Amino acid sequence: MTSPNLRSAYGASLVRLGKKDARVVALEADLGKSTQSAMFQAEFPDRYFQMGIAEQNMASTAAGFALTGMIPFIHSFAVFATGRDYDQLRNSICIPNLPVRICGSSAGLSDFGDGKTHQGVEDVALMRALPGMTVLCPADSTEVEKMMDCVLDWPGPVYIRINRNDLPFIYPHDEPYFIGKVTQLRDGSHAAIFAAGVMVSRSLDAAAALAPEGISVRVLDVGTLKPLDRDAIIRYADGVQAIVAAEEHSVIGGLGSAVVEALRGVSHAPVEFVGMPDTFGISAEGYPELLVHFGLTADTVANTVKTLLKGGKK
Amino acid sequence: MAKPEEIQRIKKIAWDLRADVVKMIGVGKAGHLGGSCSLAEIVAALYFAKMHFDPKAIDDPARDRFLLSKGHSVLIQYAALVELGVIPREEIMKVKTLGGKLQGHPDMMTPGMEAVTGSLGQGLSISVGMALALRLAKSASRVYVIMGDGELAEGQLWEAAMAAARYKLDSITAILDRNRIQATGPTKEIFDIPNLEDKWRAFGWNVLNVDGHDVGAILKILDQAAVFKGAPTIIVADTIKGKGVSFAENTAAYHNGVMTQEQYDKALAEIEESRRMLV
Repeated sequence: MTSPNLRSAYGASLVRLGKKDARVVALEADLGKSTQSAMFQAEFPDRYFQMGIAEQNMASTAAGFALTGMIPFIHSFAVFATGRDYDQLRNSICIPNLPVRICGSSAGLSDFGDGKTHQGVEDVALMRALPGMTVLCPADSTEVEKMMDCVLDWPGPVYIRINRNDLPFIYPHDEPYFIGKVTQLRDGSHAAIFAAGVMVSRSLDAAAALAPEGISVRVLDVGTLKPLDRDAIIRYADGVQAIVAAEEHSVIGGLGSAVVEALRGVSHAPVEFVGMPDTFGISAEGYPELLVHFGLTADTVANTVKTLLKGGKK
Repeated sequence: MAKPEEIQRIKKIAWDLRADVVKMIGVGKAGHLGGSCSLAEIVAALYFAKMHFDPKAIDDPARDRFLLSKGHSVLIQYAALVELGVIPREEIMKVKTLGGKLQGHPDMMTPGMEAVTGSLGQGLSISVGMALALRLAKSASRVYVIMGDGELAEGQLWEAAMAAARYKLDSITAILDRNRIQATGPTKEIFDIPNLEDKWRAFGWNVLNVDGHDVGAILKILDQAAVFKGAPTIIVADTIKGKGVSFAENTAAYHNGVMTQEQYDKALAEIEESRRMLV
């Protein structure tokens, strides 16, 4: 039975890939118990490299592994995995388009207690800006497992955004998955919600809450933020009167930006974002409380849909 | 000990490489003359004597790796790869032009390049990954990585120094091109890093010293580094920035300077004269 925890699913999947392919190595920056790369360490001690709290060196070391025929997975919290070593990701890895897999764990607000220094809410913006980088944001642990199988032989670098906490199951085990997929989880005719990560389940809840009011909402999981299936975004945005993008990320540079970029040049319904305002996070006693604090809830998504349908700004 | 004729052969190649560097920079265009010329003997010794590198099989997994962490000096590497026939000679005139294969810094689009370097401080980390992967593959290949003394201010490089020692990566030979001048002036004035050898020793490295223009000594010390076990080796090579071109020696002006026609002619004439004097 799959755990509802995305980190556990990630660690178990990494072990599975390690068994399947001897080119898989894992590098860690002293957060192995959090990222669950420790599961790989237990299984493959010879292919696990503790690099210490030194993310820049870890990233360029991974480039060296990839240049020697290996498939390295590097691990840290999302905020450090993308920010601390941005130049190393850019120059050592992305310019030569190397198959390094960057696991940004405890992403978004999911490391609720540690506060703003540890909460990565701009990681997707950073990673999307890098030419050749694939950006994945799974919504549940089943998607994590399927994604990892596809990641193994995917060309070029991949950023994997992993939530720290248990998330509700969205997908059945037989759901087909491929990188680039935009999955319609619910059909509807009045509004479309594009969501990623934790906001996928919240958006499904919002759609369910709006149905009795006669508002019919389609919900799309955008599990691949880059390369974005632009045709799918345009197709799913067609015919509705309101479009909402919901994400646990800054409203600058994340899913919302990606959706609007996809819709540029075509006529479409008004778009509104549900996401982190342009600010850093904050410490909280629990993850749900923190999501409420920043309005990352089903209620906010539902109200945003209704406001748009009524003709715009509150 | 290398035979005198072998030493003579490498010395000649070093001067040939310098001449090609000057030709690549040309007249009226900026180019990294100083840091390329300080490396000529070291690069010649590696590519033409010590590295296992077959120009006909540049992807051979058993090759030794060459990384230029101080990527701005890539012209000297291009010169070596041209001399070896890996890069077509006609590319020399197309350095840093649209349509050319030779970028301003090391890039995988150029045949023979092992990594993207030039954002300073990253080459040693890349060598750590290569050495670890080669160890997993039970390969006997060595990884050579050249750094600049100005570059040592980059913190990542010391992270890599710790990692290489932590994993006892004795397949790494790092070479420090200590020409004592960085982009905007003498390293002593810009950002002095005293007791360099002590620092590397304290980080767990085997530290060797050499005159970076003495080919016989370079060949000998590369052999010493290759047989040292249990720790990575750094060879601190004392060099002269701009070596062989009188107006470019020991000055920051030709770190990335522009030559007039007169200077260009003078540079080539001086290099030719130095080469001739060898015989």
